Amino acid sequence: MDQNIATLFYLVASVCFILALRGLSHPETSRAGNRYGMAGMAIAVVATLAVLPEINYVLILGGIVIGGAIGTIIAQRIVMTALPQLVAAFHSLVGLAAVLVAAAAFYNPAAYGIGVSGDIKTASLIEMSIGTAIGAITFTGSVIAFAKLQALMSGKPIVFPMQHWLNLGLGILTVVLVIWLCVSEADAAFWLIVVVALLLGVLIIIPIGGADMPVVISMLNSYSGWAAAGIGFTLQNNLLIVAGALVGSSGAILSYIMCKGMNRSFISVILGGFGGETAGPAGDQGDRIHREGAAEDAAFMMSNAERVIIVPGYGFAVAQAQHALREMADLLKAKGVDVKYAIHPVAGRMPGHMNVLLAEANVPYDEVFEMDEINTEFAEADVAFVIGANDVTNPAAKTDKSSPIFGMPVLDVEKAQQVFVVKRSMASGYAGVDNPLFYMDQTMMLLADAKKMCESIVKALE
Amino acid sequence: MASDTLVERAQGLAGDAQSLSQDLELLARDVADQAAQQAAGGGDDTTVLVMGLTVFVLAVFVGYHVVWRVTPALHSPLMSVTNAISSVIIVGALIAAGTGGYGFSEIMGFLAVVLASVNIFGGFLVTQRMLSMFKRKQK
Repeated sequence: MDQNIATLFYLVASVCFILALRGLSHPETSRAGNRYGMAGMAIAVVATLAVLPEINYVLILGGIVIGGAIGTIIAQRIVMTALPQLVAAFHSLVGLAAVLVAAAAFYNPAAYGIGVSGDIKTASLIEMSIGTAIGAITFTGSVIAFAKLQALMSGKPIVFPMQHWLNLGLGILTVVLVIWLCVSEADAAFWLIVVVALLLGVLIIIPIGGADMPVVISMLNSYSGWAAAGIGFTLQNNLLIVAGALVGSSGAILSYIMCKGMNRSFISVILGGFGGETAGPAGDQGDRIHREGAAEDAAFMMSNAERVIIVPGYGFAVAQAQHALREMADLLKAKGVDVKYAIHPVAGRMPGHMNVLLAEANVPYDEVFEMDEINTEFAEADVAFVIGANDVTNPAAKTDKSSPIFGMPVLDVEKAQQVFVVKRSMASGYAGVDNPLFYMDQTMMLLADAKKMCESIVKALE
Repeated sequence: MASDTLVERAQGLAGDAQSLSQDLELLARDVADQAAQQAAGGGDDTTVLVMGLTVFVLAVFVGYHVVWRVTPALHSPLMSVTNAISSVIIVGALIAAGTGGYGFSEIMGFLAVVLASVNIFGGFLVTQRMLSMFKRKQK
């Protein structure tokens, strides 16, 4: 095939990718959108193979079959509660692939038409090093994010003195190495860029605490896109540039939405140190009294209520309580209770995680509302049922200026007539902040595992 | 004498047409020359970079506007589908792996093909799984 015709096919693929994102504006059109994405990818691969002067089927088909089989099995087996880890792991693969492609281009530039070995165009070398560095940072950064989400390492921020200066130093070192690479085209310069960027990826993510994971995972999403775009510049391939730019801006927007949901600046998240045990409790905990209740109390109150709003959080995901919760809601609906779900933008460990879990349990999406849509309705609700959520319901964020989470938008659950909070213990939440909601008159604590509590309430309702 | 003037005018018109066609031919040659020059200039480093930047900036804008319209309920599928899309980096990997040889670059390309394929299949299929779960209220 002529290169120009292939380029036209790349254009078609780019349009398919845009349509894939466009489809996600509504659940109805989203499935068609995903198919556009698949079509775009297939077109891109076939068009690329068609222009290759010679096709090594062993390496190409072998690679696609091996990778495709692994990917298919993972996609079928993964439990929806583990989505954040999975996405982090996938990001790391994109990062590593970018490094490998850059290495291939560095050692065989003629295949890409960017010069001959030892005499690569300077512009290509700069683009190559940018793609490589972002790819390597994405790789190790995602590996650390994966380890934190999978609880292979503590979610606590790891901070040490001079940390930011070290990162800055490594950043400057990378620039120096890029200049060295452009001047000398030495192998050592290329690999040193890789090593320094790998180290930088680790150092950037370790100080960021578990509470900020939704931002981290969106940020790495963005990085993986910029890495692809960087490689696109190197290979002078517009499809890669377009796809990379789409993904990069998408991740950046998600990071922004997550930061806004926590009222934190992007810079302060990056600098890290938030979440875990380092953050002190707000105000004096004193000997305030909380009221504890049993499943029967909740069942009685909710079955006599007119309006119930359910607020799920990360604890609900960990306990895999989505099916038990749906069963409970179904019984309530059968009794004529109006049941709605309220989702905080940063509930869970990745954007939109709660919506997927509720959808998995067959909760219709038109019963699930975003914070801005439903926050005024708490005042008219008879019961707010908080399950596994903590910081996103903390009224101190609205009133207590000394609270570390002051200013963060929260769900107004305390405005409901009666509040039930399902929680394993009275320990503070992910941000390490005490929640005054638990000590309010209208609040009753249901101290148990989220799934077991839902099952007990179901029994009591029957 | 009317026929004479008619013939003269016709001859004049034919002359005009001829010179016009010559002009056109020159113009066509000019255009062809320019096109050839531009095509040759296409190989120039800076031109390629500027073209790439143009595409990049426009794509960022398109991405920005499209992603803001994504409903927050679908942010997880958005992430997994963008992840699959960024694996279009497989295009670069295929070129590296498909040269016919078995050198260092080809092995790097092969590994990148494997990694990107994991992502493409895994990313699109897990997105499909997620999206198939989103259902409207049945009445």
